Amino acid sequence: MNTRLKSPEIKFPAEYEAEVQSASSFMDRRRFMNYSGWVGILGSLAISLLGFLRFMFPRVLFEPASTFKAGKPSDYAVGTVDTRFALSHRVWIIREERGFYALSAICTHLGCTPKWFANEDKFKCSCHGSGFKRSGFNFEGPAPRALDRFKIVLGEDGEMVVDRGKDFRLERGEWTKPEAYLFI
Amino acid sequence: MASLKERFSFDQMKRNIVDSQVWRSMFRHGYEDTPRNRVLMVVDNLWLHLHPTKIRRHAIRIRFTWCMGGITFLLFLYLTVTGVILMFYYRPVGEYAYLDMKFLEFDAPFGMFMRNMHRWAAHAMVITVWLHMLRVFMTGSYKPPREFNWVIGVLLLTLTLLLSFTGYLLPWDQLSIWAVTVGTNMARATPLMGSEGPFAELMGVTPRFDARSALLGGTIVGPPTLLRFYVLHCIVIPLIASGLMMIHFWRIRKDGGISGPL
Repeated sequence: MNTRLKSPEIKFPAEYEAEVQSASSFMDRRRFMNYSGWVGILGSLAISLLGFLRFMFPRVLFEPASTFKAGKPSDYAVGTVDTRFALSHRVWIIREERGFYALSAICTHLGCTPKWFANEDKFKCSCHGSGFKRSGFNFEGPAPRALDRFKIVLGEDGEMVVDRGKDFRLERGEWTKPEAYLFI
Repeated sequence: MASLKERFSFDQMKRNIVDSQVWRSMFRHGYEDTPRNRVLMVVDNLWLHLHPTKIRRHAIRIRFTWCMGGITFLLFLYLTVTGVILMFYYRPVGEYAYLDMKFLEFDAPFGMFMRNMHRWAAHAMVITVWLHMLRVFMTGSYKPPREFNWVIGVLLLTLTLLLSFTGYLLPWDQLSIWAVTVGTNMARATPLMGSEGPFAELMGVTPRFDARSALLGGTIVGPPTLLRFYVLHCIVIPLIASGLMMIHFWRIRKDGGISGPL
C-alpha cells in the first residue's frame, strides 16, 4: 500500500511532487494491480468453496424410494398395527374400523426405530425409552412430539400407496388432512 | 601390563573403539560436554529442536502438570500408528467394512491387538484431554498471555471428540450405526443450517440439503456416510488437529514455557 507516501512526516524533494501526488490519488496503477490480485485470489477461493459445498450433496441418492405399495386393504385385519414394512420402509400401517393411517417408525427424539408391543398397546423406543400410543402420540420418555404420519392413498389397482416424502404432523394439526387418513 | 579386569572393563573397550582408525575416519573429533555443546546438540537436530533447549526445574514437577498434555500427545501418536496399521486391512465400503473389522479381529496376526490398542488409546485420549483441560483450569494456566493457547486447546478438545465420534461408525455394526443416527440427528437442530433448527425456513434448508445430509452424504446413515466418516476420521480431522497441535506446542514455549509462573 502507498499509505507511507501520504504520511505527513515524510518530506519529499520538490522534483518528486508529481509522483507523490499521483501515488496518493484514489487508485494508481500499483494499487489497482494489488486490489485485482486479491480479488482474483479470494474470488477463486470463494468459488472453489461454493463448488466444494455443492460437491458434498450428490445429485442421486441410492436410498429406498419414498413411495411404496402397501398391499390391498383386505390384507389387513381390523384393529391391528402392522409391522411388515417397519424394517424395510420404517412405516407401520394401522388398520382401524374406519380406515388406515401410515405411521413413521422413526422416533421423534433422535431417530431410532421404536418397537411395537401389542400386549402393552404402545410403541417403545429402545434407544432412550420414548413411548408412543397407537395413534402416534408421545406419552412418555424424551420424545418432543408425536410420530409423523405419512400420505396414504388407494391406487387405481386397488393397492394402497404410502408416500414417505409427504408427512403430516400432529402439532401442526395436519393429521386431519385428507391424505393423512385413508377412509375405507 | 594392565590387569585382566582393566583390559576388559567397559571404559577400556569403549576407548579401544573410539580410538580406532575406523571410528576416527567417521567421527573426526569427540564430543565435549559443555553447556554450549548441549544447546547446539538440541538446536542442530531436526527432532530434538522441537524440545526447548533448557527447561526450568519446576517444569518437570509431575504433580503440577500431571504430564496430561504430553500423555494426550503420546496417545495421539499411538492412535496414528495403530490407525495406519488398521488401514491395511479395512475397506470403508458398506459390503466389506464389518467383515474387515471381523477379519482384523480373528484372522490378521496381531489384528485384535492393534484394534484394541486403537480403541483403548482412543478412550484414554478423550479422558486425558479432559483431565489436561481440568489441570490447566485449576492451575490458572489459561490466564494471559496464554489465553490464545487455551482457545487452541478448546478446538483440539472438540477435534478429539469428533475423531472419537467419526471413528465410532467404522466398525459398521448396529451399535455404531444407531449411535451415529442419534448423533447426527442433533445436526438437524443447527441454526440456519439444520432443517429443524432456527431459521430453517428462512434459509430454505430441507432434510435433503442441510447440515445433517452434508455429514451423512444422504438422508439416512448408509454406505456414503461410512465413506465420509472414514475420510474425516483418517485424513481431514487428523490433519487439522496436527496443525493446531504444532501451534499449541509452539505457543507453550513462546508464552513463557511449561507451568512456569509469569
